Amino acid sequence: MSISVQNLSKRFGDFVALKNVNLEVPSDSLTALLGPSGSGKTTLLRIISGLESADEGSILFKDEDVTTRSARDREVGFVFQHYALFRHMTVFENVAFGMRVRNAPNGEVRERVNELLHLVRLEGLGQRYPSELSGGQRQRVALARALAVKPRMLLLDEPFGALDAKVRQELRTWLRKLHEEMHVTTVFVTHDQEEAFEMADQVVVMSQGHIEQTGTPQAVFDNPATSFVMDFLGNVNVFHGRVQSGRVQMGPFSLQYDEYQNEEPRNATAYVRPHELDIDRSPSQASLLGKIKQINPAGSVLKVRVAVEEFGVELNVDVTHYRAKQLELKLNDIVYVHPRSVRVFMPETDYVI
Amino acid sequence: MHVNSVRTQKTAGRMVANEPLWFRILLISLCYLIAIVLIIVPLIYVFVQAFSEGISGWWNNLFNDAETRHSVFLTLIVVPLAVLVNTVCGVAAAWTLTKFKFPGRTLLMTALDLPFAVSPVVAGLMFVLLYNLRTGYFAPLLNEIGFKIIFAWPGLVMATMFVTIPFVARELIPLMQALGDDEELAAVSLGASPWQIFWRVTLPNIKWGLLFGVIQCNARAIGEFGAVYVVSGRIERETYTMALRVEKLFQDYNNPGSYAVASVLTLMALSTLVLKIILERMVAASMEQSSSE
Repeated sequence: MSISVQNLSKRFGDFVALKNVNLEVPSDSLTALLGPSGSGKTTLLRIISGLESADEGSILFKDEDVTTRSARDREVGFVFQHYALFRHMTVFENVAFGMRVRNAPNGEVRERVNELLHLVRLEGLGQRYPSELSGGQRQRVALARALAVKPRMLLLDEPFGALDAKVRQELRTWLRKLHEEMHVTTVFVTHDQEEAFEMADQVVVMSQGHIEQTGTPQAVFDNPATSFVMDFLGNVNVFHGRVQSGRVQMGPFSLQYDEYQNEEPRNATAYVRPHELDIDRSPSQASLLGKIKQINPAGSVLKVRVAVEEFGVELNVDVTHYRAKQLELKLNDIVYVHPRSVRVFMPETDYVI
Repeated sequence: MHVNSVRTQKTAGRMVANEPLWFRILLISLCYLIAIVLIIVPLIYVFVQAFSEGISGWWNNLFNDAETRHSVFLTLIVVPLAVLVNTVCGVAAAWTLTKFKFPGRTLLMTALDLPFAVSPVVAGLMFVLLYNLRTGYFAPLLNEIGFKIIFAWPGLVMATMFVTIPFVARELIPLMQALGDDEELAAVSLGASPWQIFWRVTLPNIKWGLLFGVIQCNARAIGEFGAVYVVSGRIERETYTMALRVEKLFQDYNNPGSYAVASVLTLMALSTLVLKIILERMVAASMEQSSSE
């Protein structure tokens, strides 16, 4: 079931949680609401679920306007950040709750609960209490409980926030697989860009109550629409410079920049991702001289910090293990760094010319 | 949690051990002295007096005296009624005060404590002034519907309620605040009605605290004297509760009778105390279960 959010606004006293948000969630997709804390992502999720009401705007499930419907009648599965399991009920009764309040016959309840416990790989733990389970197991109970009533969509609030790294990784993969098997429209909230990019079909980047960018993970990562998105999606190196007549000038760098052909010079900020920087032993066109301050292995790459005196900055460079071996990089080496690509954003306030 | 408390006990023991011996002996003796003079001796004396004519005498004093019999009966009517109403109101108040934010919330919270601060005699007096059938503020209305409050059992219930209002709500508010409303929200999203949420989610979570509050409320209601004394009008076989009866018998120089009734009140109080201790253990056990989450 597709979800359509139209012109949604919400305030808490003086705090603007959401301002004029528009969003389309395609049917059967897995969408991530990504943003720092206070960006309004959880508020948006809760308004979709009906647990919170909007000040303005409307929510549509497919073509049906559900704005004024209570959470009880929206048939939405909601998984809470801290699971919110019923502590005085067994795992079995937790999962059965949604069916019990609908007075489903016992046999049907038993069958469905067992099926779900199998699905979330918790067979045999039905008689345990939530306090006797690990964090990852509780999360799966919460998921099974939400799925028990065959919801029209699944909404998850920071589903893996409270889990340790290894369990989180396992659950991500598992949830993605589960989503592919079940085909239920799913929206989850996260502040972890890695999590959003790894799991989602569609990523919605939010900041300060509005949506910065919506798109596939690839599109958002490759073409960040704003400097906020660029900054938020992982490590970036920032250079401050000027643009003028189709070129951007940053210290010794001068790069072509077709978007701005005006002769009036303007301030601009250039962003370069660590993997878009190359390290070399000899200078090339537009390279910076620096000294290696730190080398840390991080998975498939080495994270190298290079201090560039000319700019007074330290650059983060991702170097492949192969390349590092080839160059025999070690601490305090003098190297040349040059960017393969640069993204330039002009602050919007500068538009007043 | 249990392990924790054992550890604190141990550290506490060590701290005391650092104090000089004479100081420790002084403090401990003082505690014993207060407990013996104020609590233990009077308590034993009640029973000694009550059974001064033997068990059959005690029994006679209690049940072969029509007025005393009536006072037991009246107490068994008034107290459960007051406790029941206060339980329902207390739960409703605690629910309202913890789940919603509204103007006057803090004021209401403070007002709940008022009965602890106001002298029961004053409360009784207010009820008499407001609800008596001749000069009371509500006299015309009450006369019209023919409902007698003052000098009758409804007044006794009201006076008892006033004094015991805070117990249930005071017990539940911090508990419900600590629990938060996540589970209720989860139940809403699963399609439960407010009624189902209360019975299936909220009540099971607060049951021990609620029971605890009810027991305290009950103990206080049984023993209430001041407010009830004022509104009762002291009419034989009509408005004498057990606590009033104790005083009446005492004034009539019927010491064995007075102490017999007093002994029953004391027994009720003691059993409440035992129940409270058992409950406290159960609460601690269930807290241990939920705190390990």
